[in-house]
Amino acid sequence: MKLKLHIWRQNGPNDKGKLETIDAPNVSPDQSFLEMLDDVNQALAIEGKDVVAFDHDCREGICGMCSQVINGVPHGGQERTTVCQLHMRKFKDGDEIFIEPWKARAFPVIKDLVVDRDGLEKIMQAGGYTSCHTGGVADGNALPIGKPIADYSMDAAECIGCGACVASCPNSSAMLFTGAKVAQLAVLPQGKIEAQRRVMAMTEAAKENGFGNCSNHYECQASCPKGVDVKFIAKLNREYMKALVT
Amino acid sequence: MSNNIIDQCVAQGVPFARDYAGYLDNRSFGGAQVSRTFYARGQTGQQLLLGAYSALSRQVKAGTVKLFERREMLDLVVVDGVARGITCRNMVTGEIESHWGDAVILATGGYVNVFYLSTNAMGCSVTAAWKAARKGAYMANPCYTQIHPTCIPQHGDQQSKLTLMSESLRNDGRCWVPKKAEDCEKPAGDISEDDRDYFLERKYPSFGNLAPRDIASRAAKEQCDDERGVGPGKRGVYLDFADSINRLSEDTIRERYGNLFEMYEKITDENAYKQPMRIYPAPHYSMGGLWVDYNCMSNVPGLFVLGEANFSVHGANRLGASALMQGLADGYFVIPYTIAGYLAGVKPGEVKDDHEAFKQSADDVKADIDKLLSINGTKTPSEFHRELGKIMWEKVGMARSDESLKEALKLIPALRDEFWKNVKVVGTNEQFNQELENAGRLADFFEFAEILTKDALNREESCGGHFRTEHQTDDGEAMRNDEDFCYVAAWEFKGAGVEPELHKEPLKFDNVKLAVRSYK
Repeated sequence: MKLKLHIWRQNGPNDKGKLETIDAPNVSPDQSFLEMLDDVNQALAIEGKDVVAFDHDCREGICGMCSQVINGVPHGGQERTTVCQLHMRKFKDGDEIFIEPWKARAFPVIKDLVVDRDGLEKIMQAGGYTSCHTGGVADGNALPIGKPIADYSMDAAECIGCGACVASCPNSSAMLFTGAKVAQLAVLPQGKIEAQRRVMAMTEAAKENGFGNCSNHYECQASCPKGVDVKFIAKLNREYMKALVT
Repeated sequence: MSNNIIDQCVAQGVPFARDYAGYLDNRSFGGAQVSRTFYARGQTGQQLLLGAYSALSRQVKAGTVKLFERREMLDLVVVDGVARGITCRNMVTGEIESHWGDAVILATGGYVNVFYLSTNAMGCSVTAAWKAARKGAYMANPCYTQIHPTCIPQHGDQQSKLTLMSESLRNDGRCWVPKKAEDCEKPAGDISEDDRDYFLERKYPSFGNLAPRDIASRAAKEQCDDERGVGPGKRGVYLDFADSINRLSEDTIRERYGNLFEMYEKITDENAYKQPMRIYPAPHYSMGGLWVDYNCMSNVPGLFVLGEANFSVHGANRLGASALMQGLADGYFVIPYTIAGYLAGVKPGEVKDDHEAFKQSADDVKADIDKLLSINGTKTPSEFHRELGKIMWEKVGMARSDESLKEALKLIPALRDEFWKNVKVVGTNEQFNQELENAGRLADFFEFAEILTKDALNREESCGGHFRTEHQTDDGEAMRNDEDFCYVAAWEFKGAGVEPELHKEPLKFDNVKLAVRSYK
């Protein structure tokens, strides 16, 4: 396949940035999207040109590092798929593809397609945990947890923290990310105790770090590579209300 | 200790699977004949990691931990034989930074990306461990590498990494290849039951499809070497769920492994509910690593090494779930106690980053970076990495011989010399530069690869993940030599191209008798 790529190039957060058109002349349908970019970079490097910077690590859809908006959609629009798991057989010979970084004020561009997602870490640090010390905890079976509750918690825990929810949201909201963590812990007996403090602190941190409020577009769920459900935003709101009135 | 770990993770809010009574559920795993492994869907490791991350986030908030993100350790600073800190490159700005400490702990993972294609994340490298080895830390048993049986086979030359699917798949999948080589091109469904060779069940009737990883991997390789592999390049074997789907229903299988089947379909475009998966072994884990004592301290006082980065716990072979166990045990329950003994004996802040050793180290790091950037040759780091990986996989991979290892020991230094004359690293140090990062990591892999190969050549026996073709039984099983090789091989690096010094730590067994475990 021959493809024409329009790739966002930007040297740091203060650079204006622009789309650069680069041809990918020899793409195999079995390649992953990132392997296609590897080939593009190989050709650029041989010509002595600056390669396209992009974040990636596990390349099996679980680390949450890859972060590209492809043709306007975070992770490229294949359902429940990260960029690294997107394969070139989803494209056709002659396609033009637009590749951009996560776009959100809370995620400043480091270079090209690499953004700084420290804002999500700040939300986690505000309360995305149970306050247990290491050692001296109770037997794991001392608190039986019903299977439906454990399964619900696990559904929420699927989040890999990539930030696609923020990148897809017209209001750059991190509520799916925050809601998933709040819900995962709030329903478990070991997390319930701090539920009120946690939801307030994490919501506050999201506000402070430049993330907006939910505007009910559901784009986050559509772009989430792990299929995290917007019902966790509802749960977040419910937990928030509970904390406000008690 | 593993029970403590589970309790700890439960307390952190890790959503382990529960049964209908609300108790923690178990399942079986490779190398075990009983169900005793706790799990969280098909992503236990990921959930344990997220649990640890959330506990770390809490400490960051509390101010007890300061994170330095996007930094790479490029040197260990040793003053009078004692580890005093590290030198890092800020991967965003290129700044070289000095960090001092009363002790240094490395938890920097394993090195199987020396094979280029592996199941490790792309960022995994031997660099931090190797920088320590260059400063005197011993590298122990580097030849013990684990090749994992359940990976998606390679699709072509442009592949950048191999994808592991959870070993748990072998609980319900049956491994087979066609009995006849001429059947290999046929669709799996057209091959009758009688023409299928369920090779693990045939060879290891008691463990069957749950044979340990090294055994299952070698058995798959044997079938493919025998021209009975399936899929592109005929480097693959079937993992078939048809029987389990008939017995348990497709829904049960979906509940257990749905995410893995989905991932498999994304990569291969095949529906594993309808046709068998294809799998092939891939490098996955390194049992070897920096030598440490019972306190997880290396031979360099003040340098502690945890998790996959050290050589301890697994011996020559690692069984399912035990890397998670080791990583969490070392971090949660070993180091908090053992480091205290060391810290009690040091004066806090005795050596800080104003010491001249830190300046020297920073200068050395800068000189290395300048050298890499100045060569301006014709081949990129990734081309060199692929070439190194090919040598390692073909000559020092699943089956090694005296001949193949000696060939590798000629090829590796030659490629390394070419690298230092002909690598092309674009960009500058003072920017976000992934080409430079990769080149630096590759330079370390080149030195390390030689030690790994020397260790494999030295160890004239087959043992766990290390299989020497000269040392096997008549039916192709690994043959140990406890008489001569019952020791840890700890290598002291003396410089690139210089013969490393071998230190032997004898393995003493007081209460158990060394025996050969049979999986038949």
